[in-house]
Amino acid sequence: MPRKEITSGNWAFAEAMRQIDPDVVAAYPITPSTDIIMKFAEFVANGKVETNFVTVESEHSAITACVTASAAGARVMTASSANGVALMHEIFPIAGCFRTPIVFGLVNRSVGAPINIHCDHSDSMGQRDLGWIHLYCEDAQEAYDSAIMAVRLSENNDVLTPVFVCQDGFITSHGFEPVEYLDDETVKNFVGEREPLNSLLDVDNPVSYGSFAMSEYYFEIKRQQIEANKKALELYDGIAKEYEAVSGRYYPMIDCYRTEDADHVIVIMSSASGAVKDVVDEMRDKGHKVGCLRIRMFRPFPKEAVAAALKGKKAVAVLDRCLSLGGTAPLVAEVRSALYASGEMIPTNSCIYGLGGRDFFPQYAEDIFMDLINGKISPEERYIGLLE
Amino acid sequence: MSIKIKDVVNKKSPMTQGHRMCPGCGAPTAVHQGLMGVDFPLVVVNATGCLEVSTTVYPFSAWRVPWIHTAFENAGAGVSGVEAAYQALKKKGKIDKDIKFVAFGGDGGTYDIGLQSLSGALERGHDFTYICYNNQGYMNTGAQRSSATPRGANATTTPAGSVIPGKLQKPKDLTSIAAAHHIPYVAQTTLYNHMDVANKIKRAIETPGPAFVNILVPCVLFWRIDPALQGEICKKAADTRFWPIYEVIDGEWKLSYKPKKRVPVEEFLKPQGRYSHFFKGDKSKALLEQAQADIENEWKYILGRCGDTWEPQD
Ligand SMILES: Cc1ncc(C[n+]2csc(CCOP(=O)(O)OP(=O)(O)O)c2C)c(N)n1
Ligand code: SF4
Ligand SMILES: [Mg+2]
Repeated sequence: MPRKEITSGNWAFAEAMRQIDPDVVAAYPITPSTDIIMKFAEFVANGKVETNFVTVESEHSAITACVTASAAGARVMTASSANGVALMHEIFPIAGCFRTPIVFGLVNRSVGAPINIHCDHSDSMGQRDLGWIHLYCEDAQEAYDSAIMAVRLSENNDVLTPVFVCQDGFITSHGFEPVEYLDDETVKNFVGEREPLNSLLDVDNPVSYGSFAMSEYYFEIKRQQIEANKKALELYDGIAKEYEAVSGRYYPMIDCYRTEDADHVIVIMSSASGAVKDVVDEMRDKGHKVGCLRIRMFRPFPKEAVAAALKGKKAVAVLDRCLSLGGTAPLVAEVRSALYASGEMIPTNSCIYGLGGRDFFPQYAEDIFMDLINGKISPEERYIGLLE
Repeated sequence: MSIKIKDVVNKKSPMTQGHRMCPGCGAPTAVHQGLMGVDFPLVVVNATGCLEVSTTVYPFSAWRVPWIHTAFENAGAGVSGVEAAYQALKKKGKIDKDIKFVAFGGDGGTYDIGLQSLSGALERGHDFTYICYNNQGYMNTGAQRSSATPRGANATTTPAGSVIPGKLQKPKDLTSIAAAHHIPYVAQTTLYNHMDVANKIKRAIETPGPAFVNILVPCVLFWRIDPALQGEICKKAADTRFWPIYEVIDGEWKLSYKPKKRVPVEEFLKPQGRYSHFFKGDKSKALLEQAQADIENEWKYILGRCGDTWEPQD
């Protein structure tokens, strides 16, 4: 029987870890993801999991041990944030290229300087091109559900790609809300057993991981990763539907909230979409045809689905909780590129919000919608809630 | 327990011939000699460096055993992950074999950038053996200095110039640092005697828990030696006490090789191009005296740890 609890995003993710009972967890503490591994350590200490929990001396070692444990055929999970994620950067593309499945609870936090413990997406966005799947969750329930789904996606033998399950630091990770947990048996059956290919521990069939491949082979190996990403896009929905069958909750790659007949749409990710959806409801009541498109899967980016969801809109605003200093913020760059490629020349405002945990108020969403409605469209980046 | 040569001569080395290391390089010799007496199936973890690059040029691999390389500074963490997976899967009955885990790192990947990762793995007590094949420099990238490079040696980031005569600092004593983790087995050796290398590494691998072996290996290219002199140079390293040969078993330090005759450091330095500046110019005498003094100081320290008083005879 499913059960409901009032809990935090971190504890919900940790609960998923308990139910998944991975073979190996190698992790290192950093705010705001620390609760995940502290909670998990309690499960280990109290015999609730069989996991070999490796309390490494750094995030670099955490992700390294995750990669090699996964290459050895183990089911592997970990969690981190911010500087920890940045320290792992070197190893992420190696995990992607080795095709070593890992489910990673990434609790989003800004990257210093200035040092700041609160949420923005600069930590995960810094890792966006390294061959990982990125799922951004709106709330604790979704973080829990995504952890479970991610095991299947990551370990699928056509995909074999590590997955970040992102949730917003503090807002989601430390906020308390009701979460419905599946029973242990259901999770166990849903994730099944890992059936590894090319395990390092198969000593009768030795493999070499991490060879030196120069210009004659490098490109072709990368091409195979491109294929794995396509497979992830292709196979994701089947897994999401299977999950719906056991949980009653369905998470498409993109979450279209009242966008179908909307003229004006805000595109956003993670927790702030909750406020935008509320504002959509209020403005709809006042007769404005507005909607919210929440991007859940950022990598591989579901270009066609995004372009289809925005087709024919009068104008859209894309909200990034991250800068690309000297360039175009990551989400808006993706959205514009998807629109351009599909021949949709929709005016697009680019808005930066919430850096370093700056609050995002419903009023901001309303103002952003009103600009779209009033034709205040311009190419320059806008800064939401900034004191200037 | 100790190895009989007739038992190992016909065994296949975990690493094949045909790799691309320089002829005469000490690193592959360390792998062959070190692993020849091991009877367990092995998984090898390799840090970035000459051994890694030259043995796995895609699509080939010289490794007959499972092998993984992720990066330069993390062989300790890499071997921790594989070992952790093994323990977990064994507990669940998914693996029944007894497998042993060996990490190879160069001195750069071990003394310097990988020290933290190694220290973490030793402290956590994984069951593995870390072998530092120590050629005293970052050879794969063109012989830059490492903290294992001896004082005075020419390296490309500490070149012997007209003002500064090579590297100014003494090398870090990594073997003592490993021993300070109070792990069950630590050893230091070189390619001066293949049975010593084989026995030490066999013992390291068969000892439950973490073990560390620091093995001095010549880099023929950047030590600038005749490739045929590999064994001879290592013998000189042992005989001059430039590289003391010892073990630390459960905290007990013990010399494993006691040179009978005093051999001056020149005999080790002279055949090596990286020391050519020691033998010309007005700094020559001072450099040689410094090198000998470094040896005597280090020897005194090792004797103290071993509770020994051995001195070679003049
Ligand atoms: C993080 C990082 N920094 C630098 C390098 C470049 N690099 C590759 S191998 C190497 C030196 C290796 O030296 P050592 O560990 O002594 O092995 P050797 O090549 O001497 O066998 C360096 C500096 C790297 N691969 N990764
Ligand atoms: S450069 Fe030196 S360490 Fe590298 S393969 Fe050649 S001899 Fe060996
Ligand atoms: Mg070296």
